[in-house]
Amino acid sequence: MRFVDEYRDPTAARALVAQITALAGDDHFKFMEVCGGHTHTIYRHGIEHVLPPSIELVHGPGCPVCVIPMGRVDDAMWVARQPGVIFTSFGDMMRVPGSQGNLLKAKAEGADIRFVYSPLDALRVAADNPGREVVFFAVGFETTAPSTALTLLQARDRGIRNFRVFSNHVTIVPPLKAILESPDLRLDGFLGPGHVSTVIGQRPYRFVPAQYGKPLVTAGFEPLDILQTIFMLLGQIREGRCEVENQYSRVVREEGNPKALAVLGEVFELRPHFEWRGLGFISQSALKLRHEFAAFDAEVRYELPGIRVADPKACQCGEVLKGVIKPWECKVFGTACTPETPIGTCMVSSEGACAAYYNFGRMHREAAVTLGRMRPVPA
Amino acid sequence: MCLGIPGQLVELSTGHEHLARVDVSGVTRVVNIGLLEDEHLQPGDWVLIHVGFAMSKIDEEEASLALESLKMMGQAFGDELEAFRLSKISPVA
Repeated sequence: MRFVDEYRDPTAARALVAQITALAGDDHFKFMEVCGGHTHTIYRHGIEHVLPPSIELVHGPGCPVCVIPMGRVDDAMWVARQPGVIFTSFGDMMRVPGSQGNLLKAKAEGADIRFVYSPLDALRVAADNPGREVVFFAVGFETTAPSTALTLLQARDRGIRNFRVFSNHVTIVPPLKAILESPDLRLDGFLGPGHVSTVIGQRPYRFVPAQYGKPLVTAGFEPLDILQTIFMLLGQIREGRCEVENQYSRVVREEGNPKALAVLGEVFELRPHFEWRGLGFISQSALKLRHEFAAFDAEVRYELPGIRVADPKACQCGEVLKGVIKPWECKVFGTACTPETPIGTCMVSSEGACAAYYNFGRMHREAAVTLGRMRPVPA
Repeated sequence: MCLGIPGQLVELSTGHEHLARVDVSGVTRVVNIGLLEDEHLQPGDWVLIHVGFAMSKIDEEEASLALESLKMMGQAFGDELEAFRLSKISPVA
């Protein structure tokens, strides 16, 4: 526990908040935390309540469950219902709503849908069921895409021909660009994603300061990591610097994981376009299997309906994902849309901004007081 | 799925060069360590695991931090640990 206490030390937190407050002065700063894991830390520990009013945090698109559009869930359900198919998925995806229900519903109606922990478990199902077609619902950013890639290489090398991948892997840089191009959002910098950066490293973010003049600091997941990252962002701005920096250097390396990047390049190529929930179509933002792996590609094997389904009108996930509105400002937040009956994807994943608010928002004041005992907030 | 969970290497597989037994919060399962082959992992080392693959080598301090944070997530970590417990990764012949 010694280690943990160091990263949640109220004295250190108080000192950092004082420095942040002093650096910010009378100005107002808006920083986006890109990664859903950071969003979770921020709400879990009540960080917004210990920050001065001059610092506003907005939540970004870095939750892979949250950005899957309804049409892809519909396609997944369609594949799962094909005769002879065993459809495998991470547990997180089972409750993500399509336009006609979710994978749990399809399973209840008789489709053979199985949760797996890993794509390697899906490959094992394929090896154990040679007479069936086993489809793996691949989702996630660069954090999970190398795992799918290595699994495909194993399938190929071991001749497991009844294994297919329905790839919905996405990449983190294009949505950042889309957000930076978005006219309705003014940001002063980014808290860069942690785990994705262990794979891609720091170089892919250089366009953020170079082309858009915004600093980006890759952040760890502890409360003090978040505070220190905000301090580093402000420090850059006040010193007139604009760079990519790494607060999470105890895990993230400048060059990322070259082996993982090589495997990604071997198996995947960029799609011309991919639809993101709430963000619309973004060019070269997602990964499809290379031609050499066509035999394993569910999109080649099946003629997917590929129908584009508009997001529900009431749902404002898009604005939440771009940080334009806060989760509680959505019309259906906490009323029609809850973690038990989500309308939007942001309410499904525990790392989605809406679910994080819903689960921990009510604890904010108490958590903030516990973390720092720095600004007791009247109830 | 998006949670990185810390595990400690118990044993490197002799049959398959890229598999290793790891202990996550008292649950021992097999994961793939192929993406960290340059790290020359040894029993006792800590790694951050995503969906059955060790993605980064970490130190004991980081492992302890990550585990405490995950425990605070409550059900989300419970679900992830249960999924890990059900995992049957093993060499595919």
